[in-house]
Amino acid sequence: MAGKTITRADLVDAVARRANLQRADANRLLTRLLEMTQDALVAGDTVKLSRFGNFNVRAKRQRIGRNPKTGEEVPITPRRVVTFRPSQMLREFVEKGGRGRAKS
Amino acid sequence: MLRSELVARLQEEMAPIKASEVEAAVDVVLDEIAVALAEGGRVELRGFGAFSVRKREARTGRNPRTGQTVKVEAKRVPFFKPGKELRLQVNGGEEP
Repeated sequence: MAGKTITRADLVDAVARRANLQRADANRLLTRLLEMTQDALVAGDTVKLSRFGNFNVRAKRQRIGRNPKTGEEVPITPRRVVTFRPSQMLREFVEKGGRGRAKS
Repeated sequence: MLRSELVARLQEEMAPIKASEVEAAVDVVLDEIAVALAEGGRVELRGFGAFSVRKREARTGRNPRTGQTVKVEAKRVPFFKPGKELRLQVNGGEEP
């Protein structure tokens, strides 16, 4: 397990190289892909990326939290949170360490 | 929004780049993330969020129907933590 961190720039490079795009185009594509995903989630829509996973927005009710330092009870306001549910294919791919190469 | 819809929108915006290349590019993005996670790595997309792998310890589970105990092996599961901007944006742009 290499355990290295890849960033946006690495993804842009990979797209440019593997999909034969100019780097600037690859960058624009990745930027828009993330923006479109974010916009859908902000609108409360689910984003279903087959073979990869689903992003959902869930509404959380108000609940009582506690300041861990002071022990004081503080209300946690209702909020919306984004959750990601990996596809079965992605789960298995990660579990097997990439063997079998279930392509996304 | 489905993957096909995302791809179609990107194809429209990326013209005159060929539709097939745009679709291939989306495949590459998701494949690179999957491969990084399979290798035990992380993917950090500033503002959007970070993908990582979380370890789940082995545990003794129970078949809820039969009550039989079953061993559940330790496993590694993909995990996504939304970034600050995404977290704020789904809450109308402010800290809730």
